[in-house]
Amino acid sequence: MNQTTTTDPKSSARAYTHPGLPEPADKDYAVIGKSKPKIDARVKVTGQARYTADLKFPNMIYGKILTSPHAHARILSIDTSEAEKIPGVKAVITHKDVPTLKYGISPARWDENIFCIDTVKFVGDKVAAVACIDEETCYKALKAIKVEYEVLPAVLDPLHAMDEDAPQIHPEYPLNKNTEIHQDFGDVDEAFSKADYVRTDTFIGNRTYQAPLEPHTATSIWQDGKLTVYSSTQSPHYFQYYIAREFGLPMGDVRIIKTYVGGGFGGKLEPTGLEFAGAVLARLTGRPVKMFYDRAEMFAHNRGRHRQYMKLTTGVKANGRILGVHADFIMDGGAYTSLGIASAYYAGAMLTLTYDFENYRFDMNRVYTNLPACGAQRGHGAPQPRYAFEAHLDNIAKELGIDPVEIRLLNARKPNTVTPNAFVVNSCEMVACLEQARDVSGWAEKKGKLPAGHGIGIATGSFVSGAGYPIYRTDLPQSAAMIKVAEDGTAATLYTGATDIGQGSDTVLCQMAAEAMGYTYEQMKIVAADTETTPHDFGAYSSRQTLMSGAAVKEAGDDVKKQLLEMAGEMLNLPPELLDVRSGKISAKDNPETTLTFEEAARTFFVKKGPLMGRGSYAPPKLGGRHKGAPVGTSPAYSFAAQVSEVEIDEETGEVAVLDVWDVHDCGQVINPALLHAQVHGALYMGMGESIWEEVRFDANGKIQNPTLGEYRLPTALDMPRMHSSLVPSYEPAGPWGVKEVGEGATIPTMGCFRNAIFDAMGVSVNSLPLTQEKVWAALREKRKADGEDVWDPMACECFIE
Amino acid sequence: MQTISDKQGVKRYLINLTVNGDEYSPVIKGNTLLVNLLRDELDLTGTKKGCELGDCGSCTVLMDGKPVDSCLVLALEADGCEIITIEGVAQHGELDRLQRSFIDNAAIQCGYCTPGMILSAKALLTRNPHPTEPEVRAAISGNLCRCTGYVNIVKAVLDAAEATE
Repeated sequence: MNQTTTTDPKSSARAYTHPGLPEPADKDYAVIGKSKPKIDARVKVTGQARYTADLKFPNMIYGKILTSPHAHARILSIDTSEAEKIPGVKAVITHKDVPTLKYGISPARWDENIFCIDTVKFVGDKVAAVACIDEETCYKALKAIKVEYEVLPAVLDPLHAMDEDAPQIHPEYPLNKNTEIHQDFGDVDEAFSKADYVRTDTFIGNRTYQAPLEPHTATSIWQDGKLTVYSSTQSPHYFQYYIAREFGLPMGDVRIIKTYVGGGFGGKLEPTGLEFAGAVLARLTGRPVKMFYDRAEMFAHNRGRHRQYMKLTTGVKANGRILGVHADFIMDGGAYTSLGIASAYYAGAMLTLTYDFENYRFDMNRVYTNLPACGAQRGHGAPQPRYAFEAHLDNIAKELGIDPVEIRLLNARKPNTVTPNAFVVNSCEMVACLEQARDVSGWAEKKGKLPAGHGIGIATGSFVSGAGYPIYRTDLPQSAAMIKVAEDGTAATLYTGATDIGQGSDTVLCQMAAEAMGYTYEQMKIVAADTETTPHDFGAYSSRQTLMSGAAVKEAGDDVKKQLLEMAGEMLNLPPELLDVRSGKISAKDNPETTLTFEEAARTFFVKKGPLMGRGSYAPPKLGGRHKGAPVGTSPAYSFAAQVSEVEIDEETGEVAVLDVWDVHDCGQVINPALLHAQVHGALYMGMGESIWEEVRFDANGKIQNPTLGEYRLPTALDMPRMHSSLVPSYEPAGPWGVKEVGEGATIPTMGCFRNAIFDAMGVSVNSLPLTQEKVWAALREKRKADGEDVWDPMACECFIE
Repeated sequence: MQTISDKQGVKRYLINLTVNGDEYSPVIKGNTLLVNLLRDELDLTGTKKGCELGDCGSCTVLMDGKPVDSCLVLALEADGCEIITIEGVAQHGELDRLQRSFIDNAAIQCGYCTPGMILSAKALLTRNPHPTEPEVRAAISGNLCRCTGYVNIVKAVLDAAEATE
């Protein structure tokens, strides 16, 4: 990770002709583009939907993990004898009972053990586990395990993690450097020398947590040498791959079944101690073992958003045209890698998307600390650097006397362009998004004309529609799908490895299957995310499924349609190319009187030829440049968005009330408008929480101070502003029917958008997230002091002096 | 209340309660939570556990018509009470208007908060059939949702109220 690469943007962007289809003239779709009800809505409103923790198996027992109370300590001894004597305790395991092979989700840094061997590295690190006849006995057994520790000095401040005298967390990674990146595109120094104005700003991003409502749960069962794990997972495939690897099993002997999942947002992408420890406990006891994290354990396991220190330097012409950017970041990775290598690359890679500039340098150190590991949270590495850049850009605009919308329009990326770090952008409606956001928010009437305490801000964002490359190196396609039509043609089942964690992929993929087959959505059934019954798919991350899984599903649907029309042609004595099928009705293109139903043709097919099945798969074209880290951030397509928000600040208390947020998105063809806008609402909600309230905080010993949903301050229904979600027309040639992502993209502009609205309202910059009331209050106070106002200092007040 | 003791002298209590119209007489420990009685003993797993601290509201059930976090209620306290869980909201396979409205308004994503949301909303509409939007927001403010930003949930409750005579 230590090499510097310099790449000429022009040579790294290969000549690129997209294999996709041109935009169809006739977009009269029968099933897609319509707000169909979610396929799982009824089971979810009636309580029938079974999540992993709802499953019971005969002879099932319960398991819990013992974790470290220290941020950094050497394990001197572990005595499990007292725990083993407790009635109802079936097994107690430590590192001696499990494989010592290191694992992790990022193959470049496998640095975790199932249980700690020599040292514990954060409060919550895994030390031992128990399996017992009930939950209550588990807690008794955990208390009875005696672990002797020698407490070691801990690294809690990421800015000092690389100091020569800092304690070393992983001996194999000196100076606590987990990931070091130096990328250089074009000539940034020359760009700065040609600039009329060069500015540097520094910002800090907060450590946040995905906080899905459903706690992580896994139930492991061994039968005849095969391990089955029911899990609340975002990716059955990665779980299968890493669990098989850890236990030396063929992948075919590990079956991962996703149940309904109560949200993930990135936190359920990688296997946890629950799967690894559960598998061992289940093998030792010969019984199904249900493992679960409680809410505090979820916070400790974490894998949420990194705390990031972001220094940005930008050179611009006097008119605001960006010439070059230098991003210099430090990330607090926590004790392990998780998906953090990708997070580190994403942090810099995604900064080149929304504005078009040629010269870019990105330096990053992701450091180890004795805190819980960070990973991928909605928007992955992108939202905080985007906050920093959008704030930085508003500082520049203010200095140059340019309207924030105008400086963005001037620099906005155009379609069919290539970024300096070699991302090929096909469709891109950045300009249209900015203009529409400006217009629907009433920017012109509001900017500079709002009453005192009110402000309006704008920011942009962009995100991948699926990571161009899987997390570990493999030539497997990204997605595959099968469709099986029932013998009598009255139903069709889609088999897909795509993973619905609430975002609605089961629904949109069934709509896409029905559209491609010429069938109805209402007759579709789905079997998804079970590694034994469904074809391979990498799962729910990087906003990949609508485009990638959708492409595989479309191909499978087209395959069914072709076979069906061949049979219908035989039945009607017509060449199949003269026939079409739509909403379950087959008709001759030149003679609407000639008809046959889907059911009739499908039934005849089964009688004469056997099962009517369609197959499809999707692999993206080779993407990206040749520099180190080039694959991270590549994608077949990118979404674009602009957000405007209006805020009201209480000048006395610093309280920020967000009144309205307008999100305008370029996300290609929409499959299900209702679900799409619901994704925007949810992304805005998370973005808003992270912007104003949410932060995982630690005490001086590295222990989480607020591991509850209340103290972490998850926003409630009373905290939310008015949200307005709208779209610009867009078509993406790389996506089936022209689709792109939406689910993560709408989180990305939010933090910067709020900061800029506060900046507009009060003229103060809050340079760290979250933009809390305290920080706004303190910034206002500093400003008053600077303005020569006599400011009351509460800390100097006699009531505070003991 | 009838009690029996196990070998260690830990007491068990026989309680009587009605759940979704059916009468049950389970034998429980003093520290058994209502949520665990419903999920583990009665197999009513529609009631979810999200925090076990009363923060998230996923375990909301109606206890004598009032919404409660069943993770904060001892099963003992439910003796003699009428409990409605999400499984008791649809009648004879007919969805309640709130359930219908949640579907029609795309108010469901992962679905983990949905049972609790519907029960809190049901309690609201029972005592206040035509609430204002702030009243709806206040009524569900004890139910966290991580997916929807509450936008479509609020809309669903207001729509269901509008459909009420």
